[in-house]
Amino acid sequence: MKARIPVLAAALLLVVSGCSAGSSASVSAGPDTLSVGFTAEPANFDFTRTDGAAIPQALLYNVYEGLVKLDSQGKVVPLLAKSWTISPDRKTYDFQLQPGVKFSNGAPFTAEDVKFSLMRVKTDWTISIKSTMDVVDHVDAVAPDHARVVLSKPSNGWLFSLTSRLGAMFSPTGVADLAAKPVGTGPYVVAARKRGDSVVLKANPAYWGRKPAYTTVVLKYIKDPTALNNALYSNGIDVISAITAPDSIPQFQADDRFQVVQGTSNSEVTLAMNNARAPLNDVRVRQALTYAIDRKALLDTAWAGRGTLIGSMVPPTDPWYEDLANVYPFDPAKAKALLTEAGATNLNLRMRIPNLPYAVSAAQVVQSQLADVGVRTTIEPLDFPAVWLKQVFTDHDYDLSIIQHVEARDITTFGKPKYYWGYDSKRVQQLLAEADSGTPEQQVADMKQVARQLNTDAAADWLFLFPNVIVAKAKVGGFVQNQVSESFDLTGLAPR
Amino acid sequence: MTARVLRRVAIFVVSVLVASIVVFLFMAVLPGDPAQVALGVNATPELLAKTRAEFGIDRPLVTQYFDWIGGVLHGDFGRSYVTRDSIGPQLLDRLGVTLWLVGAGMLVALVIAVPAGTFAAVKHRKASGAGVSGLSQIGVAIPAFLAGIILVQIFAVQLRWLPSGGWTPPNQDAGEFVRGLILPALSLGLVQGAVLTRYVRSAVLDTLGQDYLRTARSKGLRPGQALVRHGLRNASVPVVTVLGLQLATLLIGAVVVERVFVLPGLGSMLLDAVASRDLLTVQGIVLVLVVGVLLVNFVVDVLYTVLDPRLRGS
Repeated sequence: MKARIPVLAAALLLVVSGCSAGSSASVSAGPDTLSVGFTAEPANFDFTRTDGAAIPQALLYNVYEGLVKLDSQGKVVPLLAKSWTISPDRKTYDFQLQPGVKFSNGAPFTAEDVKFSLMRVKTDWTISIKSTMDVVDHVDAVAPDHARVVLSKPSNGWLFSLTSRLGAMFSPTGVADLAAKPVGTGPYVVAARKRGDSVVLKANPAYWGRKPAYTTVVLKYIKDPTALNNALYSNGIDVISAITAPDSIPQFQADDRFQVVQGTSNSEVTLAMNNARAPLNDVRVRQALTYAIDRKALLDTAWAGRGTLIGSMVPPTDPWYEDLANVYPFDPAKAKALLTEAGATNLNLRMRIPNLPYAVSAAQVVQSQLADVGVRTTIEPLDFPAVWLKQVFTDHDYDLSIIQHVEARDITTFGKPKYYWGYDSKRVQQLLAEADSGTPEQQVADMKQVARQLNTDAAADWLFLFPNVIVAKAKVGGFVQNQVSESFDLTGLAPR
Repeated sequence: MTARVLRRVAIFVVSVLVASIVVFLFMAVLPGDPAQVALGVNATPELLAKTRAEFGIDRPLVTQYFDWIGGVLHGDFGRSYVTRDSIGPQLLDRLGVTLWLVGAGMLVALVIAVPAGTFAAVKHRKASGAGVSGLSQIGVAIPAFLAGIILVQIFAVQLRWLPSGGWTPPNQDAGEFVRGLILPALSLGLVQGAVLTRYVRSAVLDTLGQDYLRTARSKGLRPGQALVRHGLRNASVPVVTVLGLQLATLLIGAVVVERVFVLPGLGSMLLDAVASRDLLTVQGIVLVLVVGVLLVNFVVDVLYTVLDPRLRGS
C-alpha cells in the first residue's frame, strides 16, 4: 500500500506536466483561431423572439448583416446597401444593393429578401423593440438590386434602427429554425454550440466581402469576472470582450503579453429619481441631489476612475453630444440651500438598486454624499433582473435607483411619461417628435435642446458613462474601440 | 432484508413526491415574473399577458403542478421559458458533467482519506500521526470555492500547467478532458478528503481497540495484515455513512465549483436559470438534485446491510 501512493502521485504529475509541455494553448489552437470571452451567453440564436443583448452581440454583423451598419464613431455606414437616397419628403428610401451576395445556405440576396425581412418584423417578431418598424408602410422590390422602402411618416430613428438587429436580413429559405440554425449573409456561420460553454463560428467560404482574418472564432461564455480574467492569463482565451471588474485592468496594463483597448459605450450609469412622486417631483430637490453628488469621486470609487462624465443622456458618439458634465458642479452648500428653499428637510429616500457590483458600489458613494447634505437614504439591493424589473421598472415603486441604460439613443425614453422616470414634459416630447421627422441638421439641433432641458430639469443624475474596456493578447488587433452598436464586431479582427 | 429494502423504497418514493411539491411551491412564491424577465425592459402589458399564457403560468397552481409532475413522470421536463428548448435532454447533458465532477472529487477524497486516516490512526501516538490529523483539521476549514481559487492562481495563472476552467467532453479529447478536470476535482476532493480523513481515523482507531483484532494478532498476523483482513470492513460502516452525507455535500459544492471553473454542469445551469426566472428549468434541476441526494441515502442504507450482516435481521 505504501508503494502505491507515490506511484499514483507520480502518474498524476506526469499527466499534468506532460500535457502542459506539449500544448500550452488549450483553446487557441492555431494562428487562424481566436477565442473571445464574454459574460452573457445567448439563450438561443433567435433575436426576433428572444430579447437581450447576448444574441445580437454574437451574431449581428458577424453572422447576420443589415443594409447599413454602425461604425466605431456612431456613424451609419453602408453594408448590404452600397448606397441610398432619401426623397425630399423624407418618406421614401431607395437602397442600391451589393451585387453577388449569398446567404450561407446558398440562396442569393435580392431586394425581395429586403422586403421579406423588413415586413417580417411586423408579423413574426415578438420582442417589443419591433414597434420601431411600425413606421414602415410598404417595401417595393423595384429591381433585384434596388429596394424601395416607403415610410408612413418621416423618421430619422428608423434608418438608425436598421443598424441594429431590426435591420438584419433573412432569407425566406432560412427562417425555419432561427433558434438553432441562423442563416445570414455575414462573414461567419455558426458551426457548433455547447450550451453553458461556447459558440463556435467558422468563416463563411462564400462571403461576398473581405474575408475575415480568423477562420475560426470561439465565443467562450464565462460569467464570473475573475474566471474570465484567469482564462486570459492561463491561455484559455485570447480576448476579454468587455472587462467587468475594473480593478484588474492595471494588472493587464503592466503585463506586456496583453493590451488594453479603452473606448466609450452607450451605457449611461444613471441615478434615476422618481419624478412623479414627492419629494422628487420638485425640480429643486432633484437639482439639490445633483449638486450634492461629486461624480468625479464617485467614478473613482465605483469604477476605478474609468468612464466619462456626461451630464445628460447622451454619449459622446451621438451627433448631438455636448459636454454638460459641469452644469451642476459639486456644491453641498448650494444643495442644502435648495433643499431648504423647497422645504424638503429631513428627507428619507429609498434607493432600490439592482444587486450588481457597479450599482452597489455607486449606491454607497451616493448614500454617503447625500448624508453630508442631510438626506438619509436606505439602500435596498434587488435581485436583477427579476425583482428590479417588476418592482422598480414596472411598478415604479422607488425614490432613487441606479442602473445602466445600455440601449443606443435611449434619451427618447424621456419622451414616454409612463416610463419609470415618471418624467412628463410636453416640450421634450415635442422636440423628440420634431427631431425624428426633421432633416439631420434639425434633428441635431432639437436633440441638443432635449439634452439641455433634461439637464436643466435634473430629470435624472447621469453619474457616468460606462467605459468599453477590451483586454486582449498583444498579438490581436483591429478592435472596435467604442462599443456603440449591438454587435461585438469580429469582422475587423486580425493578427498584428 | 427484503422487507427492509422495500420499506426504504417506499420512503424514497414518498420523499421524492414531497420534495417535488416543496420545490414547486418555492418556485411559485419566488418574487419576479418569468414573463417579464423574458421580455425585458420594453415589455407591454398585452405582450406580458400573452407570454404568461404561452408559458402556462396564468393557470391555477394545482393545474400547473400536476401538469408538470405528470410530464416529469413521463420523462418530459417541459420547455424552458428562456431557451424555448425542451429541458430534459439539457438536464441529462449537464448532469453528465456534474457526475464526472462529483465522481472525480469523491475519488480524490477517498485516495487521500483512506490511507491518511488509517495512517493517522495507526500512528496516533506518534508525531507523524498527529501531524496528519492536524493537517486534515486545516483542510476541513477551507471551503471548496476558496481551494478552487487558490489552485487556479497557482496552477493556471502562475505556472500555466492546467487550464483555469472550461470543459472538454471525454469523447472529444481525452487528454484535455483529464487536464480540465484535475483542478475542479482537487478543489472539491481536498476538502472532503480532509473531512473524511478524520472519520476514517476515528473509525480505524475504534476498530484497533476491538477484541477480535487482538485475537487476530495473537494468531500471528502482523498489525497491518490484521487491520486489512479483519478491521477495515468493520471500520467502513461509519465511513460509508459519512460518505453518503458527503456525496450530498459534493453535489452542492459542485454548484459553486462549476461557477469558479466555468463547467457547464447542473450547478451553473441552476444559477443561470434562477437569475432568468426560468422556473421550469429550476424545478427540474432541483428535483434531479433532490432525487440524487435521496438516492445516495437509499444506497447507503442498503449498503449497511451488505457490509454488516448483523443489520440484516432487523
